[in-house]
Amino acid sequence: MSETIKVEELNLTRKDFVPGNEVRWCPGCGDYSVLANMQKTLPGLGIRKENYTFISGIGCSSRFPYYMDTFGFHSIHGRAPAIASGVKLANPDLTVWVITGDGDGFSIGGNHMIHVLRRNIDLNIMLFNNRIYGLTKGQYSPTSLLGKKTKSSPFGSIDRPFNPSAVALGANATFIARAIDVDAQGLQESITRAQAHKGASFIEVYQNCIIFNDGEFGDVEGKDTRPDNALFVVHGEPMIFGKDRDKGIIMENHHPKVVTLGDKWSEKDLLVHDETNAIITNLLLEMTFDASTPTPFGVLRAVEEPTYDEMLVSQIAEVTRIKGEGTLESLYASGDVWEVK
Amino acid sequence: MTKKIVRVNEATIRFAGDSGDGMQLTGTRFTEATAIVGNDLKTIPNYPSEIRAPTGTLAGVSAFQLMFGSQRVFTPGDLPDTLVAMNPAALKVHLRDLKPGGNILANSNAFNDKNLKMAGWEGNPLEDGTLDSYTVYAIEMSKLVGKALENSDLSSKGIERTKNMFALGVLFWMYNRPIEPTENWLRNKFAKNPSIAEANIIAMKTGYNYGETTEIFTTSYAVEKADLPKGKYRNITGNVAVAYGLITAAKKAGKELFLGSYPITPASEILHTLSSLRNHGVKTFQAEDEIAGIASAIGAAYAGDLACTTTSGPGMALKTEAIGLAIITELPLVIVNVQRGGPSTGMPTKMEQSDLFQAVLGRNSDAPIPVVAAADPADCFDCAFEAARIAIKYMTPVILLTDGYLGQGSGPWRIPDPKDLPEIKVNHPAKPADGDEKFMPYSRDENETRPWAIPGTAGLEHRIGGLEKENITGMVSQDPENHQVMTDIRARKVANIANEIPPLEVYGDKKGKLLIIGWGSTHGAIHVAVDRARAKGQSVSQIHLRWVNPFPSDLKAVCDNFDEILIPEVNTGQLSLFMRSELLRPVHQLNKVRGEPFRSSEIEDKINEILG
Repeated sequence: MSETIKVEELNLTRKDFVPGNEVRWCPGCGDYSVLANMQKTLPGLGIRKENYTFISGIGCSSRFPYYMDTFGFHSIHGRAPAIASGVKLANPDLTVWVITGDGDGFSIGGNHMIHVLRRNIDLNIMLFNNRIYGLTKGQYSPTSLLGKKTKSSPFGSIDRPFNPSAVALGANATFIARAIDVDAQGLQESITRAQAHKGASFIEVYQNCIIFNDGEFGDVEGKDTRPDNALFVVHGEPMIFGKDRDKGIIMENHHPKVVTLGDKWSEKDLLVHDETNAIITNLLLEMTFDASTPTPFGVLRAVEEPTYDEMLVSQIAEVTRIKGEGTLESLYASGDVWEVK
Repeated sequence: MTKKIVRVNEATIRFAGDSGDGMQLTGTRFTEATAIVGNDLKTIPNYPSEIRAPTGTLAGVSAFQLMFGSQRVFTPGDLPDTLVAMNPAALKVHLRDLKPGGNILANSNAFNDKNLKMAGWEGNPLEDGTLDSYTVYAIEMSKLVGKALENSDLSSKGIERTKNMFALGVLFWMYNRPIEPTENWLRNKFAKNPSIAEANIIAMKTGYNYGETTEIFTTSYAVEKADLPKGKYRNITGNVAVAYGLITAAKKAGKELFLGSYPITPASEILHTLSSLRNHGVKTFQAEDEIAGIASAIGAAYAGDLACTTTSGPGMALKTEAIGLAIITELPLVIVNVQRGGPSTGMPTKMEQSDLFQAVLGRNSDAPIPVVAAADPADCFDCAFEAARIAIKYMTPVILLTDGYLGQGSGPWRIPDPKDLPEIKVNHPAKPADGDEKFMPYSRDENETRPWAIPGTAGLEHRIGGLEKENITGMVSQDPENHQVMTDIRARKVANIANEIPPLEVYGDKKGKLLIIGWGSTHGAIHVAVDRARAKGQSVSQIHLRWVNPFPSDLKAVCDNFDEILIPEVNTGQLSLFMRSELLRPVHQLNKVRGEPFRSSEIEDKINEILG
């Protein structure tokens, strides 16, 4: 893991992360906000700028590394998690971010995604979920909802969608957060927590595609409608939401249910978020497509597990301690050796 | 009775049995003992792709062949002098290859009605005269080990399993090999289970003594040690040699070695070997698939490791897009393809040389890549080292082609002194070049190589990727002029590697009637055929291509000195096609795709056909 340094000593600002080239996303694209919040957050994390490495695949969001003045690698479709794994294992001192989209990360790259999460390599993975293929101009993606009319599904999609954060949980991810592209506070908190987490961190960002899927997340994107439709969870606190913070989540028949606080229900009846409890995370994720409940955001899961990169380093050290540092002479002579004089 | 010892210059032995009979192990032990005696040798395993095909069936037969001699040995031999057949199926499959009058050592206990029927014998060939033209030693191996081990605490099944050691003991006697190395090996191998070690040693000694004392054996053979160059030797398979070559290159470059790989036959032993070398700082990453294998290696190369990925044909197909990425990002990477028979899954355990087109041409767009091919198991070490050196020097992926025959076959390796191996120069820039305000990731040195700037270096932050980049600055560029420039640079960079290739060595006369051009594992078979033809007075010479892309710059000049050219390949004519366009002249082809290497006799026949 990257060495953390006092923020004052680094003296970095947002500008240090802006390379100055032209950003070429569509005007009004949700990606702009995510980029700005990333550039705003990184200077405060105590990591040297040269230790940040951004790896992406293919798609609109995967142009991201070109717009960060850090080391960056815009690779091929779906393979960013695998490339990033190699980067991290080659140099564990680096802070490695993977930038991907719903097509890149969960269609063509789905296999790499589940395995990088399972292995718990210390990477930060940010998934831009806009539930559409944008770069190829508007086909349904593996997160598009059933019935979605697109260029490749003119009569409505008959493809059941993934819930990416639920897939991450199924892959045994140790950190899962969800944020909204236009919610600066939620994004910055997710980025900060993901960076602090040791192991593979997964952030799902609901991102609006203004051209091909505008308004997909309408109710949580709008400032006015968000409080009644989004539940921001905080570890150890009851699940409360609503403009007047008068609504909460209880468990009824093993299902989450919205109640109004007042005469019948009080805060102590509500479910309390526990980011270390997979049952709670699963319950929150069940609410994703449930019209009767708000959509959950925030850090949905965070548990400490050994990381692959640390185990690799310690295994090398341990085997070297037992066997001694290998030399070429000893390696070559490890079979039956004879001499011709 | 005094037994006769016949001196021979060379001998070829094939061990064949059911895949559960331990034939690979028996062959390997015989090989080690033979290496210690000081013979030159080559080996080739031949086993089914099923782990355990049904016992006694033809599909379940596993075999191991070696040739050893008092002179240089270039192939595992064409036809065996001695065939060990542990059951009727093994005899059925391999009898057709046995030399006329050759020896057959059979476990007669396995020749029962059930096994004979399963192998498709109508009668018992050991008794019905089928084998009259051979020298048959029908030995009740199962019964003899049962007797020898009647006081052992092993189960009867465990005792039965030692019969391969009995056969090995007989062979040790027959060819005057020492048994001590195998005795030591068994004690070491079964250190935690001494009763198994002792049972196997008793079985081996019983076999040895059986040869010495029974009257059915009248003759044993002596093969004097070979006149090999001075030095220390060990036996090595091509796959282990590749692993050693890569780790040596990493150390000589002052780099850590990273292997991203997915298990595949017949390449997995490279992954196994490197995985066991954690105390050399080797990082092996068993990826979720072939694509992640190469993708992780590309990431590791970007971050500054000597990175490699290992696979076989179908895996290469999956890695194709990522190879293009390594080419356009100009990152150093070694890609090893241990070729097998194809297409698709094809014949996983059988060798072929049919991925040459795939290696040289098999990508979208103009995507040139250097390709080096190993000639024998020991050469795999040198080729892996060379591939890594070129990858770093020219900032390019390099493909190393070996095949199942080289990878799993073995031969003696003259152990180099690490001090004699060249250092590999690595230059990671620490700051932008003089005069540049910003770092220029696609600036060029005298070889048109771009700098290897690694993440973590302050001031060198830059972006690379699969989109075409502007030369020098590395900015994304779709400019037509620039794409032409970059395409030309990528081609020129690879073409200029020809400057690194030493002049071709012509084996035989430098001018003559027929030149045989080979590449990869055909080297030994061609060499022997050329020797035999020249001994008969035929005007035949040989060159062998180590680099198949680019070709050596003196290739055409060398070929111009010969009237005819012959190209033997274990494919349908891939190098031949390249040679016709390179040399602009007709060439003779000799091709076979039977999942096995050439026999020298096949090449000799072709020489006779051409020279009349």
